[in-house]
Amino acid sequence: MSPARAPHNAPADFRAASLLPRQDERAGGLVFTVAVLAFLACLAVIATLAADRAARGWVTQLSSSATIQVRPSGDETGPEAAARAAETAAAVKGVVEARALDRKAAETLLEPWLGKGNLPADLPLPFLVTVELDPKAPATAVSLDQAMAHAHIDASVDDHSRWMQDVRRSGNLVRVIAALACALIASAAGSMIAFATRQGLAARRDVVEVLHLCGAEDSFIANLFMVRFSSLAFRAAAYGAIAAAAAGALTRLAGGSDGFTPALPISWLDLASCIAAPLLGAAVAAVSAKTVATRILRAQP
Amino acid sequence: MRYGRAPEVLRDIDLNLEPGSFHFLTGATGAGKSSLLKLIYLAARPSRGLISLFGRDVNAMARRDLPFVRRRIGVVFQEFHLLDHLSAFDNVGLPLRIAGARIEDYRADVIELLQWVGLGGKIHAFPPTLSGGEKQRLSIARAVVNKPDILLADEPTGNVDHAMALRILRLLVEMNSLGTTVVIASHDQDLVRRSGMPVLHVHDGGLHLIGAAPQASAAEPAPPEPARPESARPEPVPHDDPEDPEAQSEPEPPPAAEGEA
Ligand SMILES: Nc1ncnc2c1ncn2[C@@H]1O[C@H](COP(=O)(O)OP(=O)(O)OP(=O)(O)O)[C@@H](O)[C@H]1O
Ligand SMILES: [Mg+2]
Repeated sequence: MSPARAPHNAPADFRAASLLPRQDERAGGLVFTVAVLAFLACLAVIATLAADRAARGWVTQLSSSATIQVRPSGDETGPEAAARAAETAAAVKGVVEARALDRKAAETLLEPWLGKGNLPADLPLPFLVTVELDPKAPATAVSLDQAMAHAHIDASVDDHSRWMQDVRRSGNLVRVIAALACALIASAAGSMIAFATRQGLAARRDVVEVLHLCGAEDSFIANLFMVRFSSLAFRAAAYGAIAAAAAGALTRLAGGSDGFTPALPISWLDLASCIAAPLLGAAVAAVSAKTVATRILRAQP
Repeated sequence: MRYGRAPEVLRDIDLNLEPGSFHFLTGATGAGKSSLLKLIYLAARPSRGLISLFGRDVNAMARRDLPFVRRRIGVVFQEFHLLDHLSAFDNVGLPLRIAGARIEDYRADVIELLQWVGLGGKIHAFPPTLSGGEKQRLSIARAVVNKPDILLADEPTGNVDHAMALRILRLLVEMNSLGTTVVIASHDQDLVRRSGMPVLHVHDGGLHLIGAAPQASAAEPAPPEPARPESARPEPVPHDDPEDPEAQSEPEPPPAAEGEA
């Protein structure tokens, strides 16, 4: 044999090759699955952030206003009573403005339910006063009630607190469900990776055996699988995150120029939460692959 | 030892390999040569009996210690066990890389070794593209690259022509003269005779020492000079005696190698 000198001694030719075969069967399916899981997790997070914002917006709106329904008594007409009630309410501490709704405004409020022009002229509409509260120190329903009683106006005050409670409760529920969904998705991804690691170790038993015979420790081999699968999960989760961010951006754009989608007011900042997906995906995959590989290798004779 | 529930392949073996010794291992096909080597390089555990390596009882070794013992044993496998997805260079560098060396530190050594075994032009080739003899030499290069204390070669000349076989033998003898304990399993009677080295013969589950084979007067490329069997290395080396149901724990230190039926 001719001991021919290797013509290529460029350092670049001698980068340390990956000890596990580069392209593994089923890697495509795994990338797809992890990407889909990351996509779903990101959507859940974006939707939760948006729902949270919507809930907070509603609570702010509700807590900064109250409604007083006036029942005319004596020889006072409805509009007169409402006007007096508005005057009285405006004088209460913590009230910025109080305005009696005229019949037209009340009709406008009912339009969405009854349709335009469908209101009979003699329909008895309630006489309402909308009260705008000081958001820093809003007047309480009790103080408004007292003021009404003091002015001898038969009225009931609704400070929306029951609604706010409902909004807050459902907001919390959405948050819990989203966190649960993310945890489930993360554990699904983790067990996918665990399964793939088990497969990989079985499919590469020959490689593992040679590494062992060449003096490799279990941790060395487990680390190969850890690096392999965490980088795969990072890449796959990045695909899913990008897709989710694109979907979020589309929703945001479709929501109008000021981004106000009443149900899900997505902000551009929400989309940044997708950045966490590749990092979390890589971390979950690393822990999962390392744990499973170590356990399997230790169990070998 | 035995495989699964099959009858015992090796029994009544009492062998003590002195540090720095050189032996051939012969025997009919299926006699158990590879099995005996497997016991030494820790790929198989004895079903009974005692093996100690570097003065330590193998059966008492924890799993996490095995890698460090294996790093002191170079093995040329009968079926090569090369990694097909790694280049010749990466295959040879594998034991060094596993031991934590960086590529910059071993690049030159590995290239030189590949040139030495005549694979200088195949540094970037992958094993599936190599001939049987080339794979064999690659496997030899990998076995010796980290200068092991023990070198076990299972049919290292099975796929090469006579000239290359002699060349490989010279490499192994050279390794031996640097202090490595060498055991070569071989069917090549001519090579065994030519070397003049002591022969361990596996027969019927037992091991027989056939002193130094009668030296054939060879005029070919420098017949390997006999290695000094007892080098004064302090290390107690493989002491191998599977079989012996009960008492067999005495670490007897007989002279060179010893085989019994
Ligand atoms: N992994 C295995 N499982 C079961 N039986 C085995 C295994 N390896 C070897 N054997 C059996 O053990 C016996 C000894 O095999 P071994 O490979 O040690 O022989 P050998 O002397 O190396 O033969 P050869 O010269 O053909 O390489 C044979 O009967 C073989 O069938
Ligand atoms: Mg064999």
